[in-house]
Amino acid sequence: MNNNHLQDNLRESATFDRPTMAEIRRAAETGIYDIRGFGAKRKLPHFDDLLFLGASMSRYPLEGYREACDTSVTLGTRFAKKPIVIDTPVTIAGMSFGALSANAKEALGRGASAVGTSTTTGDGGMTPEERGQSDKLVYQYLPSRYGMNPDDLRKADAIEIVLGQGAKPGGGGMLLGQKITDRVAGMRTLPKGVDQRSACRHPDWTGPDDLTIKIQELREITDWQIPIYIKIGATRTYYDVKLAVKAGADVVVVDGMQGGTAATQEVFIEHVGIPTLAAIPQAVQALQDMGMHRKVQLIVSGGIRNGADVAKCMALGADAVAIGTAALVALGCNDPKYDDEFKQIGSAAGFYDDYHEGKDPAGISTQDPQLAQRLNPVDGGRKLANYIRVLTLEAQTLARACGKSNLNNLEPEDMVALTVESAAMAKVPLVGTNWIPGQAF
Amino acid sequence: MQSINLAEHSVRQLNQLLHDQYHHFDQPQWQVSATSGQHNIACGLNQKLEVNIDGHVGYFCAGMNQLAHVTVHGNAGQGVAENMMSGTVHVKGDASSAAGATAHGGLLIIDGNTGARCGISMKGCDIVVKGNVGHMSCFMAQAGTLVVCGDAGEALGDSLYETVIYVKGKVQSLGADCVEKPLTKKHLMQLKKLLKSADTEEDPSQFKRYGSARQLYNFKVDNAY
Repeated sequence: MNNNHLQDNLRESATFDRPTMAEIRRAAETGIYDIRGFGAKRKLPHFDDLLFLGASMSRYPLEGYREACDTSVTLGTRFAKKPIVIDTPVTIAGMSFGALSANAKEALGRGASAVGTSTTTGDGGMTPEERGQSDKLVYQYLPSRYGMNPDDLRKADAIEIVLGQGAKPGGGGMLLGQKITDRVAGMRTLPKGVDQRSACRHPDWTGPDDLTIKIQELREITDWQIPIYIKIGATRTYYDVKLAVKAGADVVVVDGMQGGTAATQEVFIEHVGIPTLAAIPQAVQALQDMGMHRKVQLIVSGGIRNGADVAKCMALGADAVAIGTAALVALGCNDPKYDDEFKQIGSAAGFYDDYHEGKDPAGISTQDPQLAQRLNPVDGGRKLANYIRVLTLEAQTLARACGKSNLNNLEPEDMVALTVESAAMAKVPLVGTNWIPGQAF
Repeated sequence: MQSINLAEHSVRQLNQLLHDQYHHFDQPQWQVSATSGQHNIACGLNQKLEVNIDGHVGYFCAGMNQLAHVTVHGNAGQGVAENMMSGTVHVKGDASSAAGATAHGGLLIIDGNTGARCGISMKGCDIVVKGNVGHMSCFMAQAGTLVVCGDAGEALGDSLYETVIYVKGKVQSLGADCVEKPLTKKHLMQLKKLLKSADTEEDPSQFKRYGSARQLYNFKVDNAY
């Protein structure tokens, strides 16, 4: 924000700052809540508040370039005949064709496949481009059931039953009419151009006991071959994870409030859910209390940006992570080379979040064929693969520094927290002390 | 005819045998007995099988059905024929809630009544209920047809898209954006055909047609909620 014009004697209200007043004016003008994409933009306790304790005398480090540090993960070992084995713990989160262009979905599949990891469909079904380019594809099973059919279910490598997502726990999907093209409408059995507001609850089951039966149905239809994930938005994470495990999940996916979305109300994004940092220990505690930690795998997502974030998630007890926003940035989302065009649509590179309008100059969150062709799926896939490789190498670097020969061997004991609040959430000691808020000395 | 007694075999064994017919189609007719209300019976079928089920079934019977003709000689639990793609599912008794939920194709016939949310989010199937349907039936239904020969509960067709609803009896209330529409000749023909396919003698002219007013399709800047 440019403050150059401000005089020293002018004082801006911290409560009614300029973005707040702009939103009041916007609401008064339009009579509709603000809808946008991306994830929470407010500052939240996050992984930056944690530090690793590299090895020295009391721990032996591993040689950074010579000694092995395994990054592979097996997901779905509880019941599935064919668990998914991925070479890196970094997976691609569910994002729909409709929200994203077909080229973007293809690029995600190409990038994920190049590094031996999985990608995930979204609300709207499975496209041939995505299935064709994804060696390991997780098929989302959402309340809308748009495009859901048993043939695609059997083509999937895993099923993810979506109960919620971190950007909007308790809310359904949203895809506005600008992006409901003929193809998107056809896949979702909707009239072209409607502002599609998906259901927030599944249509044919309610509660964990019903979900148990639903999971059994999906297993029956797929002959118990493939893993079944349950994805939840992080809120009452301890209890939700317990119920997911009780219902029969092979894998639980916990999405924190920094997780992205293609479109929802701003008030939802910024005011519902809990930060990823706070959610992971709750999820791990639930699994441990049930004796299911590492038996039911935990994938976490929401604001993961670099290898340090990956390593910190693993150290807190996750088996793998999922990236969404970061993957789109790797493809070119918010790229400064389109800054002039971002400005023409009232935004700027680095700030663009109106994914729902379908005008993305980078050609990612759009169904406009002219814009969509700007993203070359082969080049996008290459960039995504490179980015995931970097995340993996960075996480390995940190794990080796902590003396771990497997990313999964990282543990909370390897970390300290910079702030009291992050110490309390992550349940690791405040740096320089042995104090974990909420626990006795 | 293959006979499977579910007191002696598990639902898993039954379903696997039925699924195996996709690759080795040599047994078109199946008889299932001793169901004891078990869940997920005959779900995920994808072959032109004729499956007769003697007794009551639990949740999701004939879920995601493709091609098969499944008859339940009893009552059905929640979500019968959910997400059906094609074929026919016929429940001789009553069905619980969410019958035919999200179904894309095929024909679901309920001889008795259904619970709440019959045809919720349906995407192209046809449903004929010879009795009554519960509240919130056809909630967010997108395509296909629901025929109710009896009465409909509260909030019929709430947030409806393009599904067409015919009701002969009383409608307790219509949901948001669901309105009565004229019963044209074209619709009478459609209804007549559906009633015939469900083997009923009902007079199509006695029905009323309901559909979407299409007022919720897009946000209105000064009136969005």
